[in-house]
Amino acid sequence: MNPKRRSVMFSAVAAALGLGSVGTFVAAQPKEKVIKIAAKRFTFTPEKITLKKGQPVVFELRTLDVFMGFNLPDFNVRADIIPDKVARVRFVPDKTGTFTFLCDVFCGDGHEKMSGQITVVA
Amino acid sequence: MVKEFNRREFLRLSALGGVGVVFASALPGMAGAAGQDDFYFVQMSDTHWGFQGPPNPDAKGTLHKAVAAVNALERQPDFIMFTGDLTHTTDNPVERRKRMTEFKEIVGALKVKDVRFMPGEHDASLDNGKAFQEFFGPTHYTFDHKGVHFIVVDNVSDPRAMVGDEQLAWLAADLKNQKPDAPIVVFTHRPLFDLVPQWDWATRDGAKAIDLLMPYKNLTVFYGHIHQEHHQMTGHIAHHAAKGLMFPLPAPGSQPNRTPLPWNPAEPYKGLGFRNVDAEVNLAEFKISEYPVVKQG
Repeated sequence: MNPKRRSVMFSAVAAALGLGSVGTFVAAQPKEKVIKIAAKRFTFTPEKITLKKGQPVVFELRTLDVFMGFNLPDFNVRADIIPDKVARVRFVPDKTGTFTFLCDVFCGDGHEKMSGQITVVA
Repeated sequence: MVKEFNRREFLRLSALGGVGVVFASALPGMAGAAGQDDFYFVQMSDTHWGFQGPPNPDAKGTLHKAVAAVNALERQPDFIMFTGDLTHTTDNPVERRKRMTEFKEIVGALKVKDVRFMPGEHDASLDNGKAFQEFFGPTHYTFDHKGVHFIVVDNVSDPRAMVGDEQLAWLAADLKNQKPDAPIVVFTHRPLFDLVPQWDWATRDGAKAIDLLMPYKNLTVFYGHIHQEHHQMTGHIAHHAAKGLMFPLPAPGSQPNRTPLPWNPAEPYKGLGFRNVDAEVNLAEFKISEYPVVKQG
């Protein structure tokens, strides 16, 4: 069977089975949740965040003063937060529990206290 | 009281998987240096000069006491190594230099004059090591002593807790000059491995550094940063953290935050101290002995 004929046949079978286009498939994914996080020496706002397992999340990170870092080690998620820029990191929580995020760019006396918690629920 | 652990105990506990258990260090390569003089050095760490707060009501006296304790050792070390956080951080560049000046004056009272320094993030991360270099010289360097090659790796001058590609290339070039069985000691401030990343007890590109160290079978790492004695293996490489000299920190991952342990008036200076690292060349042993700042009881 030539490739063109095979492609036409596949499309016909897919239509018969009710399979939609790729665009339809993407739209069926859980909606992405956007959370804005502000970093300021030596706090994150908010510092407690609740997420749902399986729901994609985008963190939009800004610093209100100096160069900072955002690190969520349990999900291998991190970003530099550079003044006057928005850093975006996307991830899908794949496990439940409470996890620490922290500033991992040394920013002064109080850096060690600069952390927060993310709770992922089922 | 002095705690001392020897190579045999180290090997036994290693065999038992004694990670987190106090054990001794060893530099097996010292066997190859037989015939040379035994020696020992002192590791002092995390003096945080300039810190003030409830975790240490004697913040201005502890370093003096530590200097006196080292000076009181019956046999003086060949050299003393300060593994970072000499001073407590400050945003004020003038105050930072004042603290470094005072620190240097205080440790100038050490009897041993071969004293070496490296920065911690409190010394160097806010100005990329500028003030540190003015007072103490390079932040990464090597030296040799009685057959042992010492490498000081800076993982703090970059506030992102990185060694950096340039320094990694320097490290690789230095190691190329060493034989695979050469006795090598590496000093860092932060752990090179991921001890507790949730507490920032890690080096972001530390795995790259460890990859460079791995071919050397007689290599040991001594570091600071975590203000407590701690021992961990990455492959055949032992990493030994030292106690601090201002306030102790909690055991790795034992609580949500790494807040200093409270001062206990009933046991002042508990958890603070320094260590002797003793190379017994003829016995091919490298022993760690822990000393308190102030003798208890």
